[in-house]
Amino acid sequence: MMQPRSRDKTFGTALLLVIALVWSVPLLWAIALSLRPPGAPIAIGSSWWGGGLSLASFARALSAAPFETYYRNTLIVVAGILIIQLVTVTLAGFVFARVKFPGRELLFILFLMQLLVPTAALIIPNYSTIRSMGLYDTLPAIMMPFWASAFGTFLLRQTFRTVPLDYEDAARIDGATWWQTLWHVYLPPARPALTAFAVTSISSHWNDFLWPLVVTSSVSTRTITVGLASFTQMGESGAEWGLLMAGTLLVVWPLLVLFIVFQKQFVASFVSSGLK
Amino acid sequence: MISKLRSIVLGLALLAPSVFLLGAFTVWPVLQTIINSFFRRNAATRGQPVWDGLGNFTRLFEDDQFIKVLGNTLLLVLITVPISLVLAFLIAVLLNQKIRGIGWLRSGIFYPTVLPMVSAATIWLLLYNVDFGLINSVFRDLGGSPRNFLGTSTLVLPAICVMLIWKQTGFLMVFYLAGLQGLPTDVMEAARLDGAGRLQTLRHVSLPLLRGTTVFITTIAVTGAFQTVDQLYVMTQGGPNNASNLLLFNIYETNFRFQDTGSAYAQTTILLALLLIFTIINAVVSDRRSHDAT
Repeated sequence: MMQPRSRDKTFGTALLLVIALVWSVPLLWAIALSLRPPGAPIAIGSSWWGGGLSLASFARALSAAPFETYYRNTLIVVAGILIIQLVTVTLAGFVFARVKFPGRELLFILFLMQLLVPTAALIIPNYSTIRSMGLYDTLPAIMMPFWASAFGTFLLRQTFRTVPLDYEDAARIDGATWWQTLWHVYLPPARPALTAFAVTSISSHWNDFLWPLVVTSSVSTRTITVGLASFTQMGESGAEWGLLMAGTLLVVWPLLVLFIVFQKQFVASFVSSGLK
Repeated sequence: MISKLRSIVLGLALLAPSVFLLGAFTVWPVLQTIINSFFRRNAATRGQPVWDGLGNFTRLFEDDQFIKVLGNTLLLVLITVPISLVLAFLIAVLLNQKIRGIGWLRSGIFYPTVLPMVSAATIWLLLYNVDFGLINSVFRDLGGSPRNFLGTSTLVLPAICVMLIWKQTGFLMVFYLAGLQGLPTDVMEAARLDGAGRLQTLRHVSLPLLRGTTVFITTIAVTGAFQTVDQLYVMTQGGPNNASNLLLFNIYETNFRFQDTGSAYAQTTILLALLLIFTIINAVVSDRRSHDAT
């Protein structure tokens, strides 16, 4: 009775190992390519190793493109989006959870609309809005469309709803104002939800590409993904592959390192922000 | 009465930032898109909007290139979504056991989620390379002849699909994994005691219980697939001969390369309509299924 089950299990684990290996090949290959000595161009029969390891491609990549500017811009954009989002979604989530007034449900539909219409699909009209606001080619232009988040609002609304009403009543009797109540009663239990939201927000905006590409035009406002794309256009010829992969890894490493260190929390964040 | 007034003022005040931002970057753009679809606006009109009724739409649907783009987009959605979902479910089932190192296996499949699409596309550009790409070097080792995946019109869309499936399966998988781990153990135990095999239990107990998860990740996968664009910019530019051109990339090119703003707005309207149609179908189907189950 037990034997077929445990044989199943071994087979399952082996299959899993193969899948995980296949899935990891692109990243491992990219790392291998980036560490080849620049003088060892890739050739038939040497797709993985080029005789020795070298960091020269990283040094060349760093001097070939203004990565410092790219990193700085991306950090500003990601932080600038997240900080404002945390404020807007907390306030809106609080209202939808606990402040009743006529017409509230109508406003709720407005939020639903953002869930149905992905911001990425609206590049043409949003580009024209940014232009008419005179914000073209600035960092706020990249951030603004994401400052309100229906998704974050729903997440916080669900979380705030689980806080017992008695707590709020107790705080009110003690003479607490709405913001004291929000700060001391509602926010502490919402910390996991806010963390989950932060993780998904950071990783999705670190990865944004088309929108920053469309609303910026100068090197000084380029984010790292846009920088990489122009780097990629430099060439696909075999001799530059090490350079290309070094550039790619320079874009990828911050999130990848965070992910490897906090694997469990990362996965849990994505799941909890989706399921609530 | 005073407290009611207070609630209105407080509620509106706290919602104001979000409402303003959603109005400016979601509601108004949607209206703007629909309105502008009816105006011709390109180099010929010197960038000025000229009323044109349904002109943009009739021109689009008479244009073979646009029909091809639309077909490619639907094909990509219809190929990648079911395959990713099935793979995600199977991998989640395999991962749903307690063994040492399982977390690393999970991460080995989930990690593409945290890579920017542009970076992933740069890696796959080289993987698919005809001369020295890893995939072709494996082909060569197996005695086959190399193929120019991204340069052949019949291979390029499947190549983009494979890359997309690799990129998103891990992300979709973790929702199934969380769902499986949340299944009531007594139900699973009952199924086992009734003599149901593992596969039977999966098909007749787990899968129906995870219907909500399936509906949710179908929505994510479909909306994601409709927005496929970054990898085209890096890998194919929509080519060769539009064989990999997709709706959002075509919108981008129509507006920013060919300066045909009117047509770009009309295409955005079509994209929004497709997303809306899918949302309605998904809602109806999932609603009917839940009635069937009860």
